[in-house]
Amino acid sequence: MLVGALFALAAAFLLSIGFGSNALSLGSVLHGLFAYDGSFDDVVIRDDRLPRTVLGVVVGMALGLAGALLQAVTRNPVADPGLLGINYGAALAIVVGSVAFSVTAPGQLIWFAFGGALLGTWLVSVIGGAVSPIRLVLAGVAVQAVFVGLNQALQVINTHSLDQMRFWLVGSLVNRDLAGLTGLLPFFLAGVALAAVLGRPLNAIALGEDTARGLGANPAFTRLAGMAAVGLLSAAATAACGPIAFVGLMVPHVVRLLAGQDERWVLLLSALLAPALLLVCDVLGRVLGSPGEIQVGVMMDIVGGVAFIVVARRLKAVRR
Amino acid sequence: MTTFVSREAGLDRRSIVVVAILAVVTLALVVLSVGTGDYDMTPAEVLRTLAGQGTKAQYLVVTGRLPRVLVAVLVGAALALAGSVFQTLTRNPLGSPDIIGFTTGSATGGILMILVVGSAPGFVALGALGGGLLTMALIAALCAPYGLLSSRLVLLGIAMSAVLAGVNSYLLVKASKENAARATVWLVGDLAGRDWNYFVPLAAVLVVLVPVVLVNGRALRMLEMGDDAAVGVGVAVGRMRNLLLLCAVALVAAATAAVGPIPFIALISPQLARRMTRLPGPNLVVSAFVGALLVVAADYVGQRVLGASLLPVGVVAATLGGAYFVWLLLVGRRRA
Repeated sequence: MLVGALFALAAAFLLSIGFGSNALSLGSVLHGLFAYDGSFDDVVIRDDRLPRTVLGVVVGMALGLAGALLQAVTRNPVADPGLLGINYGAALAIVVGSVAFSVTAPGQLIWFAFGGALLGTWLVSVIGGAVSPIRLVLAGVAVQAVFVGLNQALQVINTHSLDQMRFWLVGSLVNRDLAGLTGLLPFFLAGVALAAVLGRPLNAIALGEDTARGLGANPAFTRLAGMAAVGLLSAAATAACGPIAFVGLMVPHVVRLLAGQDERWVLLLSALLAPALLLVCDVLGRVLGSPGEIQVGVMMDIVGGVAFIVVARRLKAVRR
Repeated sequence: MTTFVSREAGLDRRSIVVVAILAVVTLALVVLSVGTGDYDMTPAEVLRTLAGQGTKAQYLVVTGRLPRVLVAVLVGAALALAGSVFQTLTRNPLGSPDIIGFTTGSATGGILMILVVGSAPGFVALGALGGGLLTMALIAALCAPYGLLSSRLVLLGIAMSAVLAGVNSYLLVKASKENAARATVWLVGDLAGRDWNYFVPLAAVLVVLVPVVLVNGRALRMLEMGDDAAVGVGVAVGRMRNLLLLCAVALVAAATAAVGPIPFIALISPQLARRMTRLPGPNLVVSAFVGALLVVAADYVGQRVLGASLLPVGVVAATLGGAYFVWLLLVGRRRA
């Protein structure tokens, strides 16, 4: 299973580097990666495709982990940082940061994003409660609507910032340099570390509150830590490439189908398969959108929305 | 006729008072709204001009601004009526067109028309109608194994909205720059520049559809009680449901074609109406008035709140409607 996931990720990685308006063969991709000699193809690979792909891997990993954590913490099969408005909360906070406080350095914006993501997480969990999928999704829809509205209002006030923000707000991997990413790395790593530690206690929580306590886990603390990790990961992902929905919904579902309910495996495999999915969607967007390209956020809406339909139909009983 | 309609639409004395208050407030807002803009007028001046006693400049200003406000009234009423019908037929307060994806579907149809044919209101309306109907058919088919009354409808609808929103962005990316700009403005839901050319078709649609819905208000109320009860009192359930659904989709499509998709009005108006009248059932007339008031108010707020920069009505509706929705969920949770 693990080998399969790694293989899928590697395949998506190579695909993402190879595809584009200037399609490259597998041979030249490997050549550019491992035997760089300054030819045109190699430059394209190193300067353009590689950063984009690395970004996709990091963001995908963050979103996949965040989704898996959120589903485990809320014990709710439809939880996803994008669907619940958490990513958009981070995005709103970033827009506020750059419009109202004219902050531009990614290292500072990430703090705004973190605050926004936490606010979104808190709002949704207060409003939606945890048990019923419908309530949670509705809370997400409502919170998201408020965030989107505020965002549009801000853009009307400051049309100047609109143009830069518009593409970012769709969720895209284009034109991000890796230098900006380094500022986000601590957040990302902290989130991953938290997630890695949380696997076992989350397993205990899945058995129910009392059993969890009996097994020596602290449910309240675990939940809090899980939410913090979700906030860290969603904030990093959103600050890097805008709000992208559904990655965190789809992947953990597929993983649970394949690997069962052990949260440690779910987290690990989600972290590997989510970037693969994101990269494939990005490639799809480049192929379908040629000569231009369709932002990965848009592709994710379409692919992920369809997946959500499947999930909604599969849910055994829908509680109100 | 009026007594018949009022009785069958579920109007008791309290509802009539509510309607009267709503109408007065709406009218006041209309007058205020007409007076708002680069050339400010006091309410008294607006009224005098409407009565035909203003200066020529004032007359031009008022006739320039009036259609926009009237379009807002009609759009609100149409959305609210459609929402009321949908919520009753699905027996689900969340089964309203903006939650379960018809509004987004109408938008997709509208954008397609703008991109392929042109942005004349007639084409956009046809596209919106087609998109809305197709979306409804799709969701109904997806939901069929569980029955349209299951709360899965809401989840499926939200999922469908996401897909369609993606499709909408895809269409915008593929479109030429000026077409995309036009479609983007329309997508937000804006009343700017709505003149009599928008008002007349919308009014025509409403003149046909609103009486159909109101006259069938009693049957709608019976349908809410359950299919068996409805059959028992002589309602042709299948035909009536299809007729009412068609009317509601057409109302949404007409409103969407006129100003773009405005969120939450269809969801909220029937809820507010029910709280105001304290009556069960669809509350059709009161809902329509609430919807009209909400849209006019949202437009007024959008013009006022930020000084020089005008907020599109769709943005205001999304923000305030979303906030109200949050509050509803919170209250509902405390009760549960």
